[in-house]
Amino acid sequence: MDLRTLVLQPTTRTAGRKLLLDAAVALAAGVLAYGCATQAKKAAIDEPDPIHTTAAKLPPAELGLPPNPIKYNDDKGETFAVPKPPISDDYWPCTQCHDNSSPVDRTRRVLKEEHTKIILEHDAEHRWCLDCHDAMNRDFLHLASGVTITFDESYKLCGQCHGDKYRDWRVGVHGKRTGEWNGKKQYLLCVHCHNPHSPHFKPLKPEAPPLRPTLYR
Amino acid sequence: MAMNAEPKMPTEGCSHGGCDATPGSDPTGDKPLGGVKLSRREFAKSTALIAAAITAAGCGTSALETFKQTRLREMSHDELKAFLVKLEKRYEARFGTHVDVRATPHAEGVKFAYALDLSRCIGCRRCVHACVKENNQSRPNPEGTHNNPIQWIKVLEMDKEKGIDLNEAEPYYNPAEVPREGKFYMPVACQQCENSACTKACPVQATWKEPDGMVVIDYDWCIGCRYCMIACPYGTRRFNWGEPHLPKDQLNTNTHVLGNRPREKGVVEKCTFCIQRVREGRYPACVEICPVGARKFGNLMDPKSEIRAVLETKRVYILKEDLNTQPKFFYFFGV
Ligand code: HEC
Ligand code: HEC
Ligand code: HEC
Ligand code: HEC
Repeated sequence: MDLRTLVLQPTTRTAGRKLLLDAAVALAAGVLAYGCATQAKKAAIDEPDPIHTTAAKLPPAELGLPPNPIKYNDDKGETFAVPKPPISDDYWPCTQCHDNSSPVDRTRRVLKEEHTKIILEHDAEHRWCLDCHDAMNRDFLHLASGVTITFDESYKLCGQCHGDKYRDWRVGVHGKRTGEWNGKKQYLLCVHCHNPHSPHFKPLKPEAPPLRPTLYR
Repeated sequence: MAMNAEPKMPTEGCSHGGCDATPGSDPTGDKPLGGVKLSRREFAKSTALIAAAITAAGCGTSALETFKQTRLREMSHDELKAFLVKLEKRYEARFGTHVDVRATPHAEGVKFAYALDLSRCIGCRRCVHACVKENNQSRPNPEGTHNNPIQWIKVLEMDKEKGIDLNEAEPYYNPAEVPREGKFYMPVACQQCENSACTKACPVQATWKEPDGMVVIDYDWCIGCRYCMIACPYGTRRFNWGEPHLPKDQLNTNTHVLGNRPREKGVVEKCTFCIQRVREGRYPACVEICPVGARKFGNLMDPKSEIRAVLETKRVYILKEDLNTQPKFFYFFGV
């Protein structure tokens, strides 16, 4: 037996196009995607969630987030447990500099004093910083409706324009959930994978390829 | 062979893999592993018991010989427990460190399945290497007498223009950055078929399908004939041609008897959906590591699982559907 024969030797060219029996059974038992999402949502709210509960008990500074009185006040009431947003520590809190001592400059411009590495490559013709960041309190983001949200809810911001991805994300199809497959889950925020200012997923260096059988036989 | 009563050979049913292919037609069927979770105290107790038993019998048989007389899934609860203790001793001697071997049984109402988003995967191979580490696969060992590196996952690079064409797939790609322009990537590992060809081909029923869906191998019953590897249409079983090279400092000591416990030369191994993790509620290592979130895993019976969401909202594909192997591994385009 030659190791080389372990390389896939297909008898057909393409994968099939229909669900197999099992999937069909699963489907038959089926809940529509939406119903499914609704259930997930319910669970996220009803059950005591250890991830969120611990987070809520911590003093805000430890989580890197300000206390937020309006956190659960959006119209859909959808909140998911997420890991700490990937904001650089030395920038937090934003209000250490953005203390409203000088007037807000809403003009589109090249930033020269601070945040010089941030280049907006995200539908930049139509967008500027304060479409997402709250002008009066930089520790918050805001939705198109004007409702402010915390950085650990930034998925709501993204979901306004990327509804399809957001729906997939809620049920774990887009993005990633960690934790337990049958229990408590944490959702990676969109911004854990996509830089909000330049969201295209950045290429990675691949890990080592397998050794060729000829090299070790 | 017929003279030898002790490792029992099958006397009926299909032993050559080619005949009647209805699921469960092999004589032992898909009888699952009994399942044992040893607490520390039980462990200590049963160690003492075994020691006492061996002394009483006055025999010096090695753990291996004693074990060889029963196949894993025919063991009673107590036998299995005792066997785990022996295994742990065996590994203690081999690696000079304690290896925890568990036999966590399947749970009712669970059928595992997997889905992989081909429009996300960028071919970074993080999964391949996380799998090697988690599952104690043999590492490359250029100095060894027989270099025997094993990887359960193989990532294939293919042309977007040509679509899924396994004949043209490239597993050895190594550019500075992935994804490469015009290419897409398809990781392939055991497809955990419901109607598995490999288990039917095994002449000694050393491989079978557990009720929660994973096709597993009894490494101590496997005779290394590799019929299963020929039967598998996906090329996802691996053989230990040489002594596995598994340095102590790279050992994962958290193992399952049907999964990632260290193997020996001459046995077949393959992906088990990380049985040691998933039977305890965790996600498989490849799912956890995937930086693009292309890998989805869960319980088909649970309407809230990722896997159900995929099946309900996406068009999914299976490999070589015409063979009726019924994989529980789906590919899809999340777009
Ligand atoms: C070290 C002080 C400092 C910190 C900390 C800081 N900023 Fe700024 N930020 C500035 C300065 C100064 C400017 C104006 C830059 C310019 O005009 O060239 C600015 C500009 C901005 C702007 C552009 C719009 C405007 O008002 O001019 C946004 C949006 C912004 N900051 C968001 C944030 C956020 C969000 C944080 C927290 C994660 C943060 N900043 C933290 C100093 C800071
Ligand atoms: C599409 C909405 C959006 C736009 C437009 C946007 N941001 Fe942001 N920005 C975010 C989100 C969301 C985060 C939070 C990322 C995280 O959680 O780590 C963020 C984070 C930041 C941070 C903290 C970064 C860090 O490294 O910690 C700064 C500073 C900032 N933005 C400044 C700006 C400036 C300046 C502009 C305009 C040039 C801008 N943002 C435009 C959504 C936006
Ligand atoms: C106000 C609408 C709006 C919001 C809010 C918004 N986006 Fe976008 N996004 C767009 C548009 C329009 C495009 C396509 C144009 C482009 O690529 O510049 C886009 C493109 C993208 C892309 C594809 C980029 C590529 O080149 O592949 C990603 C990923 C993305 N957005 C992620 C996010 C994330 C994450 C957030 C939340 C932090 C977000 N978006 C918030 C409008 C928005
Ligand atoms: C685990 C990482 C991960 C998370 C979390 C994640 N994405 Fe993505 N997303 C990806 C990858 C990888 C791609 C494909 C590469 C690309 O086009 O940039 C992608 C693609 C996209 C695209 C472009 C799709 C297209 O048509 O090309 C959008 C828009 C997007 N994501 C939005 C979101 C939003 C909104 C969220 C949060 C609700 C989110 N993503 C969460 C990894 C992630």
